[in-house]
Amino acid sequence: MDLYEYQGRDLFERHGLPVLAGGVATTPEEARAIAERLGGRVVVKAQVKVGGRGKAGGVKLAEGAEETVARATDILGMDIKGHTVHKVMITVTADVAEEYYFSYLLDRANRTFLCIASVAGGMDIEQVAAETPDKVVKAPIDAVKGVDEAKAREIVTAAGFPAEVADQVVDVAVGLWKAFVAEDATLVEVNPLAKTGDGELLLLDAKITLDENAAFRHPDHEALVDQAAVDPLEQAAKEKDLNYVKLDGEVGIIGNGAGLVMSTLDVVAYAGERHGDVKPANFLDIGGGASAAVMANGLEIVLSDPSVKSVFVNVFGGITACDEVANGIIQALALLEQRGEKVTKPLVVRLDGNNAEAGRAILDSANNPLVQRVDTMDGAAERAAELAAAGV
Amino acid sequence: MAIWLTKDSKVIVQGMTGSEGSKHTRRMLAAGTNVVGGVNPRKAGQTVDFDGTELPVFASVADAMKETGADVTVIFVPPQFTKGAVVEAIDAAIPLAVVITEGVPVHDTAAFWAYNVSKGEQTRIIGPNCPGIASPGASNAGIIPADITGSGRIGLVSKSGTLTYQMMYELRDIGFSTCVGIGGDPIIGTTHIDALAAFEADPETDAIVMIGEIGGDAEERAAEFIKANVTKPVVGYIAGFTAPPGKTMGHAGAIISGSAGTAEAKQAALEAVGVKVGKTPTETAKLMREIMSGR
Repeated sequence: MDLYEYQGRDLFERHGLPVLAGGVATTPEEARAIAERLGGRVVVKAQVKVGGRGKAGGVKLAEGAEETVARATDILGMDIKGHTVHKVMITVTADVAEEYYFSYLLDRANRTFLCIASVAGGMDIEQVAAETPDKVVKAPIDAVKGVDEAKAREIVTAAGFPAEVADQVVDVAVGLWKAFVAEDATLVEVNPLAKTGDGELLLLDAKITLDENAAFRHPDHEALVDQAAVDPLEQAAKEKDLNYVKLDGEVGIIGNGAGLVMSTLDVVAYAGERHGDVKPANFLDIGGGASAAVMANGLEIVLSDPSVKSVFVNVFGGITACDEVANGIIQALALLEQRGEKVTKPLVVRLDGNNAEAGRAILDSANNPLVQRVDTMDGAAERAAELAAAGV
Repeated sequence: MAIWLTKDSKVIVQGMTGSEGSKHTRRMLAAGTNVVGGVNPRKAGQTVDFDGTELPVFASVADAMKETGADVTVIFVPPQFTKGAVVEAIDAAIPLAVVITEGVPVHDTAAFWAYNVSKGEQTRIIGPNCPGIASPGASNAGIIPADITGSGRIGLVSKSGTLTYQMMYELRDIGFSTCVGIGGDPIIGTTHIDALAAFEADPETDAIVMIGEIGGDAEERAAEFIKANVTKPVVGYIAGFTAPPGKTMGHAGAIISGSAGTAEAKQAALEAVGVKVGKTPTETAKLMREIMSGR
């Protein structure tokens, strides 16, 4: 889960890291209250999870409460690269003398964590690394030993931070590592890490990603989810414990296992190239032991998507037996009828693997006019795409 | 001979008394795996009956190894206890630990991996979030269905469970030496490269299928490795060409970050070193079939 800047600022503050005083507003009136509390000159920043806010006019200075209200009114509701601004962060201003870069992130390739630090901050670090690689330090972090003062000093020295801020950067590096571990983050990026005219260090921006697998030890992280930005179908699926991602196409997809479902999306997209350019409408993995109830929940979500014109159920019976899956599909359709939901969209079902013959026989004898059986994955994808193209 | 798991492997199960653990212990036994016991400190000294096979429960991995000579552990404990279970396996220096559990926090995986490295990597870790390893006809450690295919001379390494099963099914008439599901998490113990190296060295493997998916650059690194080190034919398959950037597709590690981790980049890297990449699982199986029919 990626956090908004204001959530990152709050998180840094909770962990005792130096940030600017501020708050977040969803209305101009809330912005006024914050401006009055902070007093004087403030910055009003659009909260969107996309870069380039400044250029788009999403970051403005304001003097006093009235101007803050005016700037917040301008920015709230603004569209920045397809993201509507629902919140603005308001902070006091900083007198920035120098800008640095500091981050911790997951290093998948080396199966550990990485610290990236640079005295050339305030711009895109990838660009800095490409143009002046000697200005960027990348230090692997041992996941067990972590970042203590000695490790932090090693990084600070290697990156060439000026002597007058070195001790402060060491403190930030140690504190930021503690926050990174305590919050189960996979990324904390501070750009810029600023030195003020008075020589104080401040974390001026926050880009944070949290590990959703660690949610069980962070009950407070649930509150960080931006409910307004969540797709309603994804939300409904989540409430039913289904692994669902909404996409833009017309062919609803249900399968078992993440890899097979990803593969199904691809195969449907290739078939769609021959059938009106239809595309997969979603990713939905119903997992290993899919019961009739799980299949019903999955079908209900997929069928409730108005852009879906046909559904492709692609199951390889590994641990699950295909006869159980077939029964699940038939029962699911009956269950949906009972719930008062008239199913009208065609289903293409491909069953292979464990007890596939029995499963296919069950589908055949049920003789539901909406259910079509195709016994290869590529053939079934072709049929589902064809039906979707005909239904569009 | 197969790789890492043979008919001589003695397998214990951490979490054998739990619902998933007992279900799959029964299945592993039915597949002919030499399961010799389980680990649960609260139930040490008891035995569990699996359709007539009485398996002892030990207090620790070290105890189980001492009493039974076990050299493989399969871990089914819930995510919050997985790190502890793996650390226990590493402390006992068991040669192979297969971590089935899905949903392990990546900080926990990073920590037990770093711990394993600090102990000299005496334990090969497969997973987490994987279906395990199967050497058809010899042994099966994990949840891969044993009846899909018989033994043969293809080696298979995959990030995905069901795509592993699909590929085993497509090529079931030819058969496999060993199938390894390495898992879909961002940090995993055994990589594509480890499996490629082992298959290259295995006299009972003639050709290799490698299945990857979006996220990270493991496939790109595997391509470099193949170019320098693998003489046996390799065919590849990559899932996730239609996945949108920034969305996690089921597996915690299956995410395109910015422009990194795309299926196109992985396919290009593999093809650049002469690996044929199938457009669909079935087409991939066909490519492998062509290679094996020439032998």
